[in-house]
Amino acid sequence: MASPAQLWARRREAGALWWRGLGAVGLSRERFHAWPAWQQRLGKVAVAGVIAFVIAILVNVLERFFGNTGGSTEIVTFDSSAYIAFAVLALILVPDWGKLPVLPMKVVIPAALVAAALGGIAMALATDSTLNGVLTAVGLAIALLVPPWRSKSEDTPLKEKEMAIGDRVVPLAILGLVLTVPFWVGHMFTIPIFGAFPTVETAVPMLVFMMMAVGLNIVVGYAGLLDLGYVAFYAMGAYTAAWFASLQFPQQTFHLGAIGIDPKLPGIHISIWPLLLLAGLLTAGIGVVIGLPTLRLRGDYLAIVTLGFGEIMPQIARNGNDLGGFNLTGGPQGITPIDTPGFGNTLSRWTGGFLPSNYLTHPQGANVFFWTGVVLLLFTIFCSVRLRDSRLGRAWIAIREDEIAASAMGVPLMRTKTWAYACGAFFGGIAGAYYASFKSSTFPQDFYFNISVFILCMVILGGMGNVWGVLLGAAFLAYLNFEGLANTGAWLNSHFGTHLDVPQYAGGIYGVIIVVVMLVRPQGLLPSARRKRELQLGTHDEYLYDVETHDEALYEEPAY
Amino acid sequence: MATETLDESAPKIRGRSRPGPVQLLSIVFIGLVAFWLIANAVDNPGHFAYLFLLGLTIGMVYALIALGYSLVYGILELINFAHGDVFMLGAMMTVTAVGWFGLQGGDPMSHLLPAILGMLAIACVFCGVLNITIETIAYRPLRGAPRLAPLITAIGVSFILQTVGLVWKGPAPVSLPDNILPTGTIFKVGEGDFSWDQLIVFAVTIPTLIVLVYLVQRTKPGKAMRAVAQDKDAAAMMGIDVNRTISFTFLVAGLLAGVAGVLYALFVTNVQYDTGFRIGLFAFTAAVLGGIGNLPGAVLGAIIIGLIENLNDGLTKFTPGSDWKTTLIFVILILILVFRPEGLLGERTPEGG
Repeated sequence: MASPAQLWARRREAGALWWRGLGAVGLSRERFHAWPAWQQRLGKVAVAGVIAFVIAILVNVLERFFGNTGGSTEIVTFDSSAYIAFAVLALILVPDWGKLPVLPMKVVIPAALVAAALGGIAMALATDSTLNGVLTAVGLAIALLVPPWRSKSEDTPLKEKEMAIGDRVVPLAILGLVLTVPFWVGHMFTIPIFGAFPTVETAVPMLVFMMMAVGLNIVVGYAGLLDLGYVAFYAMGAYTAAWFASLQFPQQTFHLGAIGIDPKLPGIHISIWPLLLLAGLLTAGIGVVIGLPTLRLRGDYLAIVTLGFGEIMPQIARNGNDLGGFNLTGGPQGITPIDTPGFGNTLSRWTGGFLPSNYLTHPQGANVFFWTGVVLLLFTIFCSVRLRDSRLGRAWIAIREDEIAASAMGVPLMRTKTWAYACGAFFGGIAGAYYASFKSSTFPQDFYFNISVFILCMVILGGMGNVWGVLLGAAFLAYLNFEGLANTGAWLNSHFGTHLDVPQYAGGIYGVIIVVVMLVRPQGLLPSARRKRELQLGTHDEYLYDVETHDEALYEEPAY
Repeated sequence: MATETLDESAPKIRGRSRPGPVQLLSIVFIGLVAFWLIANAVDNPGHFAYLFLLGLTIGMVYALIALGYSLVYGILELINFAHGDVFMLGAMMTVTAVGWFGLQGGDPMSHLLPAILGMLAIACVFCGVLNITIETIAYRPLRGAPRLAPLITAIGVSFILQTVGLVWKGPAPVSLPDNILPTGTIFKVGEGDFSWDQLIVFAVTIPTLIVLVYLVQRTKPGKAMRAVAQDKDAAAMMGIDVNRTISFTFLVAGLLAGVAGVLYALFVTNVQYDTGFRIGLFAFTAAVLGGIGNLPGAVLGAIIIGLIENLNDGLTKFTPGSDWKTTLIFVILILILVFRPEGLLGERTPEGG
């Protein structure tokens, strides 16, 4: 009996077995890699489809023979196609887009115009508004045509300019799919075991958690600082929104753009839009305050200190209803209600109803919350990607890879790490504030340690350092958390007569995901190319995250 | 290694040099703590003494857990998050074993003593095997990985073990009868009693600690542990089986967690699936407070944490109270890590700087 360690050492042989199997049908590894990239991709998609098909059949067989409700009599049902659709979609969406074909302008221009027209018509029909249709068409045309038109230098004749599909079309298609979720999600099939697609109400917290995962990715993925107390930032953002847009401080009466309340209502009432920024800035400030004394510590000590802050924050929230007689946080009852977001009647009228005046009374309130969440998420992604490629982001990655070398190259360690903290905290704060105003309440029990680990789990599963991977991991886990686990439990209970409360065991499921990912695929589902290289080829493995520095002078100021 | 042995009184006054701001701050801090203790002791000496003894007893239990963190950290430089949960499962095992031995509370000594010994054996074997299994499955494959990888894995294992506890005993706290350990008074301290159950805790922990010190200082496996902790490569070249030594360390840590689990279950008589996480963090704080990797330091830190916890819960004057327990403990942890990362008894190492 081979020990787990020995089995582990032989894990590569499983891959060889796979290729031997394919060799039987005349496809060797060399021949496969000689194919053009898009054919390789197509081949992978096909294999994924076959695997998903087998899984679908297995699920149905399982239902049929072991389920006590009979299940359906066909082996392959319409439902099972969802697995195939998912697997194919997942592989198509893998952002290896650079390998997709490059189109010349004579194809791009007509295709873009047709696509814009079709998109506009679809939008006009879907929303019953010509204005929306025209806006969509113009937006699509600009988004599709401007980048190829500006590609290459200015002197290049137009017909020699070109557009890489992966750069523009695929991201736009995904964005379009996401933005139109409220229209199509209700008509989608259900997936055996996991249940239906998330409703729009569930999609909003999913977006919030995706924002937080992208924010945490800045700290953990880019800068390599393990933060186990991210929930503190989330809480700070939520309470900022709660303090400045509710009845929490009735001794003050201050109104600034608040929507849907009596203008004489006591308390501080500020519109959510400046509050989002304020929450982000305040939380970034907290991040700096936490970071300054602690960032000198080495990796695992830092993890513990952040965990400590993550535990202190909810306790302050819980006991904060009597700080020397002052009610700061409402204690266990939390703060509720929080003012609803909205743009007010004037702005709403000016934009022809495009910007809703009040989210709560809006007939499609959930959709509006969803779209706002998508916009905030896009903003987060944009900032995250731009930060990564900036001078600061490159400094983060340098510190992650080799702290001493980075320091020797003139990267100021403390300042760079503190910036990572502040940036990560900023997005956590925005996400918290938006979530609080979506729920119209905030409670201390929303901010337990589990949430920190949950978000960390998203980052690890998706692939530390890669925004797209983190988004994928976050979407998947958030869906599991908000609907998937409950659906799975219901499916198990109805088919096998069990009485499991699956969501209760969420912690264990995240634990298994963390352990399995760390053991089997430490780079995550969609690793960043750089991270993968570090993990697989890095000769400085031990020095990836931290360095046993012997030179105190590297740090700005030894405290003792 | 730029190790520099510091005098124990170093945080307060270092030599004849002028004290820096950190030293001044720590003097002020210690002064405040002393004022708090004295004010309460003068106010109600009997109650104070009672809480003091209680804190000491709990502190001894924490010491066993803190030693588990310290041992593993000393050898692998890994904060074994799952350790607290191993302890929790040991306590749950004890609750089950109490049923096996048919203890009802108030049993005669002739029945109780063998039962306690039996429970110690069961919980120790259970926790020891569990800890070795965790090490083999979850940590060993990551020996060469970046340092944060096993830490993240440990968090995952911790969550898995909590869920095991949740499935095993349900979400509600599991209670034992209060008087399984005899609660008669041995001697009175003020208004509180030093009771038999407290004595039993001391009677188990102190020999355990002595055996541990003997094991680490005087036996071959202990020598191997110390060698591996200093330098794995050199130890391997000297013919020490590093992997086996690490497994042995995990075994010892598991045994300590088992003992702690039995004592906790019988003395506190209340276990919940997340007890291990909470107590584990306290014990880890204790290990850091004393100087992680330093065994006497872990015991000292654990006693201090136990005292602080119980005094904070029970005292009335100038006291934050049990609502702020976690905050208090973590503020201590953060202050220690920021201002004196080597702990009270630890040597100054680059790790902290």
